[in-house]
Amino acid sequence: MSATIDDATQASFARHPLGLTLNGQTRQLEVLPWTTLLDLLREHLDLIGTKKGCDHGQCGACTVLLNGKRVNACLTLAVMCDGADLTTIEGLAEGEQLHPMQQAFVKHDAFQCGYCTPGQICSAVGLANEGRASTTADIKELMSGNLCRCGAYSNIRDAIEEALPACRANAGQGGGQ
Amino acid sequence: MNPFHYSKPESVQDAVHLAGPASRFIAGGTNLLDLMKENVTRPEHLIDITGLPLREVHETDGGGLMIGALVSNADLAWHPLIEQRYPLLSQAILAGASPQLRNMASTGGNLLQRTRCYYFYDASVPCNKREPGSGCPARDGLNRIHAIFGASAQCVATHPSDMCVALAALEAVVHVQGRGGPRTIEFADFHRLPGDAPERDNQLADDELITSIELPATGFAEYSHYLKIRDRASYAFALVSVAAALDLSGPVIHGARLVLGGVAHKPWRDKSVENALVGKTVSRETFTAAADALLRNAEPLEHNAFKVKLARRAIVRALSDAALGGQA
Ligand SMILES: Cc1cc2nc3c(=O)[nH]c(=O)nc-3n(C[C@H](O)[C@H](O)[C@H](O)COP(=O)(O)OP(=O)(O)OC[C@H]3O[C@@H](n4cnc5c(N)ncnc54)[C@H](O)[C@@H]3O)c2cc1C
Ligand code: SF4
Ligand code: FES
Ligand code: FES
Repeated sequence: MSATIDDATQASFARHPLGLTLNGQTRQLEVLPWTTLLDLLREHLDLIGTKKGCDHGQCGACTVLLNGKRVNACLTLAVMCDGADLTTIEGLAEGEQLHPMQQAFVKHDAFQCGYCTPGQICSAVGLANEGRASTTADIKELMSGNLCRCGAYSNIRDAIEEALPACRANAGQGGGQ
Repeated sequence: MNPFHYSKPESVQDAVHLAGPASRFIAGGTNLLDLMKENVTRPEHLIDITGLPLREVHETDGGGLMIGALVSNADLAWHPLIEQRYPLLSQAILAGASPQLRNMASTGGNLLQRTRCYYFYDASVPCNKREPGSGCPARDGLNRIHAIFGASAQCVATHPSDMCVALAALEAVVHVQGRGGPRTIEFADFHRLPGDAPERDNQLADDELITSIELPATGFAEYSHYLKIRDRASYAFALVSVAAALDLSGPVIHGARLVLGGVAHKPWRDKSVENALVGKTVSRETFTAAADALLRNAEPLEHNAFKVKLARRAIVRALSDAALGGQA
């Protein structure tokens, strides 16, 4: 978006300080008011794991964990995240050790093209933090904010079902509630 | 998205003093940013209200609840007092949007979300709501999702909120504050019918901020149900929705609330239909008669006559499920 607004115009608007904890690291940044969190991650910080599907809150590909809660980065202004603890797909693993949700997605082959996968996994970790899904039907309904054009839904559901207990055991992981 | 200035006031006073015709408050941003990306809304200044102290849910002296305007839709739906005393509201909220969006969306913003009319969203075509006086292509165009009640020659849009349908049934009160001070607005009066000013969705002035929503003590916790009918099983706006609430002793109805969503420019309610249910016995015939009475004055457009039939069945089912204890 910032790309569509020319340099002279941009220069006449104030940049705002933005301090956040991003995947465990403290960052001090400056942003223009109209930069979305999704564009900040992908275009300014080179964290391209978070995907842009629709850019309108309709697909879930851009799901990240803001203070442990899943949100759509495409409908979030970066400037409004000052002081937040943000976790993206890049921040879920502990070194070489994949997050239990990532392991379950690999085990169940819960993807085809993989485009929706970072959003699916972050959303599923958010689901675990919420602690509201106890049945398969709950998982299905509470994952409805993540579309998969390849239709890998049944494997995605199996992966989440398997990983939920482990994720609840270390709830708060990946975004610390 | 057009360039804009940004500020983040720390008090309600400061926020309403910053507000003007070219500014917008932003809370969750889930509707406003979407409309800005589509060039439907082009504010010069965004006033970030997320730093204001409006995140509490507390009990009122009258036995009801006061809900801060910034409480997220997810926190509200899953709040223990809402789940216990106002399950109708929990159900309605959880039927809307997605878990991510409900984490972001605020109580105040939900009331002020704009119509999903596809012409309204397309800045390259006329629309009286977006561009007063330019015309309404929906009236004689594609109007499958549009209103069957209360529309005008100028606009046939519907209000898309699920939460508001439940708030109308519960007779919530909207607390607002402007530069001139605070005031309250009954939920039934908050949203407008389009009339000849479809650009105005509600009674709020430019400088007014919603500070909280008050729920009266009566929550119909035992016998209520929110039923939402949509094009897919989840994550879609309502074609028709019904908030049904009953006060029963045995099979006899002592009080009823019946509000439709997805059919008008505001949650649609007819108190005479509710009053006619009082004293009747719970039965399919009773509920069918209520549905017929409520739908008698429906005025469908070319492509949405199906909503009348759908609403009739949805009303009967919602009232029946409410009478059974609601959690279906
Ligand atoms: C893909 C998608 C699907 C959706 N599906 C549904 C659905 O099925 N059912 C449903 O009900 N909703 C649905 N929604 C809409 C969603 O519920 C609303 O966008 C949300 O409730 C708006 O709240 P917000 O805090 O994000 O508002 P914002 O976008 O921040 O603001 C919306 C408007 O309200 C104003 N505003 C916000 N707070 C205040 C305040 N306190 N006082 C005065 N003005 C204020 C803003 O200036 C703006 O004009 C969907 C949205 C999306 C993107
Ligand atoms: S129905 Fe209302 S919102 Fe839709 S095109 Fe007509 S005037 Fe615009
Ligand atoms: S890119 Fe954000 S929801 Fe689709
Ligand atoms: S794996 Fe291709 S979109 Fe989901």
